[in-house]
Amino acid sequence: MDTRSLVRRSAVEWEIPPTGAMRVPGVLYGSEALVRDMDEKVGEQVCNVAMLPGIVRASYAMPDAHWGYGFPIGGVAAFDPDRGGVISAGGVGFDISCGVRTLLTGLQATDLEPVKTSLADRLFRHIPAGVGSSGRIHLHGDQMDAMLAGGARWAVERGWGRAEDLTRIEEGGCMAGAQPTEVSERARTRQADEMGTLGSGNHYLEVQRVTTVFDEAVASLYGLRPDEVVVSIHCGSRGLGHQIGTEFLRRMLVEAPRHGLALPDRELACAPIHSATGAAYLGAMRAGINCALANRQILTHLVREVFADVLPRADLALLYDVSHNTCKLEEHEVDGRRTRLFVHRKGATRAFGPGHPSVPAAIRDGGQPVLIGGSMGTASYVLAGTAAGEARSFSSSCHGAGRQMSRHEALRQFQGRSVITGLAARGILIRSASTRGVAEEAPGAYKDVTAVVEAAHEAGLSRLVARLEPVICVKG
Amino acid sequence: MTRPPSDVRPPAGPGGSSWEHFPHGADVGVRGRGATRAAAFAQAALALAAVTTDPARVRPHGSIEITCEAPDDDLLLLDWLNALIYEAATRHWVFGAFEVGITGGRLRARAFGEPIDLARHEPAVEVKGATPTGLRVAREADGRWVAECIVDV
Repeated sequence: MDTRSLVRRSAVEWEIPPTGAMRVPGVLYGSEALVRDMDEKVGEQVCNVAMLPGIVRASYAMPDAHWGYGFPIGGVAAFDPDRGGVISAGGVGFDISCGVRTLLTGLQATDLEPVKTSLADRLFRHIPAGVGSSGRIHLHGDQMDAMLAGGARWAVERGWGRAEDLTRIEEGGCMAGAQPTEVSERARTRQADEMGTLGSGNHYLEVQRVTTVFDEAVASLYGLRPDEVVVSIHCGSRGLGHQIGTEFLRRMLVEAPRHGLALPDRELACAPIHSATGAAYLGAMRAGINCALANRQILTHLVREVFADVLPRADLALLYDVSHNTCKLEEHEVDGRRTRLFVHRKGATRAFGPGHPSVPAAIRDGGQPVLIGGSMGTASYVLAGTAAGEARSFSSSCHGAGRQMSRHEALRQFQGRSVITGLAARGILIRSASTRGVAEEAPGAYKDVTAVVEAAHEAGLSRLVARLEPVICVKG
Repeated sequence: MTRPPSDVRPPAGPGGSSWEHFPHGADVGVRGRGATRAAAFAQAALALAAVTTDPARVRPHGSIEITCEAPDDDLLLLDWLNALIYEAATRHWVFGAFEVGITGGRLRARAFGEPIDLARHEPAVEVKGATPTGLRVAREADGRWVAECIVDV
């Protein structure tokens, strides 16, 4: 992106002043190098979102922002329902509530060494991953309804997890307001065999080592200590979320003129929050969030089963579970008054600061954990939400490294087998059903995640707590 | 062993039919060209199939019929690709050949394929949905039709 068209507010904050139909400014967070590397389309999409009815304060792009559909990935925008605010299926994305959860283990990295290969093999065999994989749980009818209404709470009630897990998940593991009746038969069919599956693409399960602690007090509160082992899971609402996104994107496209919405681009299809379609999408999307929370909960149970066999000393306690692709009703300060807003985060992480009542009591003083995913060979990071993030981005931060190379280009540059061999030489074991998938997801296809989290830290969106490096990666 | 990229597409077929992928930051652009709308839609479906596997590796052991109806060409393409994504996901199939007929706003097609064989197909990634980004169905200066959009993976 050409930074000359932007107004620089600080080393890591850039503004696009409102012009034309923009109702609010655009604000991009990132170092000069990160913003310069962003596609021009990111700027266009930030401006387009700024034109939507009911948007308040600004249209934001996080430091890992890249070209999405309608909204940029890494986009954050909040809408006031009482000022004609809209809700957008494209502003949430197809993979509703795709997110990351991190489990502590209490193990030292040295404990892994004797069993590393067998642990990698066992995880790969036990966790359904990749295109066409099916889970062991098959849901239909009332059971599907119960899952869509109950989320991770439903999973824990059925024995897939511990009651205390729920305190470490956004919304206590169950998104209120879900309406299973708004989820179509096709979405249900698509999900029937996919509970407890990882998916493909950038989804993964990693066994990681804590290599650096930046903030000892918060890390200690979170239970993160140098050289200890953690497990992170990255996946979402699987076929159900994809189908909900597909159906509502089309419905919003067709109905936009009927709602009197003059959209700068068709891909911004949305509906007024106070409309039948807006309400239906909210109900379905919240059910999709519950599907993702249940899915990550079942995967957690599967991981615990493997560790119980291979490393029975491990105690896999949930540190936290964050969702990246959501629209949530939250209270924020706008023009000096507390206002209830529908906050879209597409490829962005909620990041409430210290003391926020939504952060679990045991870690509330540290702020909400912000879990930033890596890319097989690169690091992941744990950050913490800040009080300043409220005014800067509606308490939102980045979600990952973000791609710097298309899949097309990655296939030309990398060979899956070579990537696996190269990482093995660095002590990182990769297990995947698809070498082509590994090539498309090669670490070199991603931006420098360290630059992204440093920008988020410097901008005050969240602050650095710990760095994690991969030891084993089961790739979807 | 990793296969060569599947976006190394075959030379243009009869009537100048062809498909390709075009770059998009995180996702993939699929584009089909042909002498008619229907031919362009069939080629776009091949480009979609190639996101997951090399269509040349897919044996046409079975087929399914798909019908869609939409108020305009763009939405018809979106519906066509999303119908294929749904069928592939729920049947655990991959597709490798397509016969498409379009009359007005109605599409009737047959998709040929088989259940996923991990060893033979080496499926790379599942497609979540076809998006309205870059969505375009048009007749180009050379008279050929083009049908394209970004798909989310």
